[in-house]
Amino acid sequence: MKIAVLVKQVPDTETKIRIKGDSSGIETDGIKFVVNPYDEYAIEEAIKTKEKNGGGEVIVVSMGPARTVESIRTALAMGADRGIHIDDAGLQADSHVTAKILAAALQKEGGVEVIFCGKQAIDGDCSQVVQGVAELLGISQVMIAVKFDLREDKKGALIQRRIGGGSQEVYDVSFPVIVGAEKGLNTPRFASLPGIMKAKTKPLAVLKAAELLGESKPRVSFVNYRLPPERKAGKILQGQEPAQMAAELVKLLREEAKVI
Amino acid sequence: MLSYDLTPEQDMLRKTIRDFAEREIKPIAQKIDEKEEFSYDLVAKMGSLGLFGMTISPSHGGQGLDYLSYVIAIEELARVDACQAATVAAENSLGIGPIYHFGTEEQKQKYLPDLCTGKTLWGFGLTEPDAGSDAGGSKTRAELKNGQWVINGSKIFITNGASRITAGVTVQAVSSTQDGKREISCILVPAGTAGFTAREMHHKMTWRSTNTAELYFDNVTVPESNLLGRRGDGFRQMLATLDSGRLGIAAMGLGGAQGAFEAALSYSKERKTFGMPISRHQAIAFKLADMAMEIEAARNLLYKACWLKDQGRPFKKEAAMAKLYCSEVMKRVTDHAVQIHGGYGLMEEYPVAKFYRDQRLLEIGEGTSEIQRIVISRELGC
Repeated sequence: MKIAVLVKQVPDTETKIRIKGDSSGIETDGIKFVVNPYDEYAIEEAIKTKEKNGGGEVIVVSMGPARTVESIRTALAMGADRGIHIDDAGLQADSHVTAKILAAALQKEGGVEVIFCGKQAIDGDCSQVVQGVAELLGISQVMIAVKFDLREDKKGALIQRRIGGGSQEVYDVSFPVIVGAEKGLNTPRFASLPGIMKAKTKPLAVLKAAELLGESKPRVSFVNYRLPPERKAGKILQGQEPAQMAAELVKLLREEAKVI
Repeated sequence: MLSYDLTPEQDMLRKTIRDFAEREIKPIAQKIDEKEEFSYDLVAKMGSLGLFGMTISPSHGGQGLDYLSYVIAIEELARVDACQAATVAAENSLGIGPIYHFGTEEQKQKYLPDLCTGKTLWGFGLTEPDAGSDAGGSKTRAELKNGQWVINGSKIFITNGASRITAGVTVQAVSSTQDGKREISCILVPAGTAGFTAREMHHKMTWRSTNTAELYFDNVTVPESNLLGRRGDGFRQMLATLDSGRLGIAAMGLGGAQGAFEAALSYSKERKTFGMPISRHQAIAFKLADMAMEIEAARNLLYKACWLKDQGRPFKKEAAMAKLYCSEVMKRVTDHAVQIHGGYGLMEEYPVAKFYRDQRLLEIGEGTSEIQRIVISRELGC
């Protein structure tokens, strides 16, 4: 069973984001980059699925600059078998272009039955790539998955996904499928020390994003980056009778906040 | 050429151990410390992570890592909990180390595979009730009678010596005395040997969730082949073991200082006096600056000592300096951290009280600060 995991390297969740002087992007100097947290669930589920299947191969695919290799190595240290780094040097990618490139890489690889990825990356938070890849490959997709049970025939899975209001849907899907992992799908394992040492020697192929993309052009262009406005201090009404304060509150909500 | 970059593997190892310590150790560290409970569960988890036998070759079940990687792992454990760091450091340097470095192939095959997975632990019996720094003053005797060693005596403060999974201990003993000259040898004593008793020590101020033992040997008889390495080599074996062990203790000082510093920095940004966070008062800010500076210096000294060892160069002086300096830096840093916390620094609900207590051992264990100064001054030719 060939299993792929799509991984993105993102700024650490505790990073304080700064915008470049010319507003063309974020300042990457001094940022610690990590595996997108949702992708960690995807990596774990891929390795678990291989284990449950009693064999197979887990391939980590990640697009990004040279430093992306660190994230691929992390997945290899956790137990994935080999990596594909898609070098995106010189490319301005939007979700559409990213999905095209990843889909092309998966097609090139061929024979992948299950693809796991995080339901979204915590940097851009677009949550569009999984669906895009599914569409481009013409395969089933299940987003926001919280449970993945390999079917007995090992040719499909029962996948639970979270929907609104605390309910869940269960899909019985035949492979191939792409799964968007949600928090709670599993508890990602730690890369063991022997795993870290072994990761060094696992195969890692490099592909060029531009070659995989072909003629497609991005549909989104980035005009500039801005930090969200700072939250203003709240207002506390005090010193009056409750009825008076309520009236004052309604007045402020209507005239100042303009929400009613 | 001077380089301060760690390898990608060392970076990944640091992140892995940090995540592990935050997720698995931090939530229970305070509780088990309070109850003086040794966590077999954590030992098993640390074993499956590969934390035992880190510098041992893979052919004997280890991870084949360099000393800098080992020290980074201990540092990250100590940043969260000195006790788990101590269990791991003692096991690597005192439990596994001597068997690996001085043992026969048969002894290695017999013990190392289980020790390197954390399935079993091993103690190193050196200190005695009446002999610590004066290790030559050992009273424990081993007598060779009819092809068997008969051991009598006792040992104290032996880490990992009395747990349910302790497979045995290495005992340093006087194996003969000729013309007033004492011959010292190390002998392996498996747990369960008749006459050998290991008792847990409690009511400790520091390292409360480690396993600390008193060992008693009452006509304990083991085969002659349980001798570790060569007869009469015990003193040299001990000194070599302690040289490397110092790197582990230094890492505990560095990691503990880092943990206490981070706690103090974050508290100082939350706690307000006179209308502003105390971190903005110069009295506190300068303390934090001093702490950060000393930690940086300690890290550089320790990593250099590891680098020397990994290069196969002499590192005795630098290891002693790193052990001495890192433990004293942690003393000053934890002292500041408690002061910055004010009254809360005295309460066990805050992590700095434990850092403050746990620090104290580092100036005593594996060679007191005074002994380190002797080692350094002798290396200087004094």
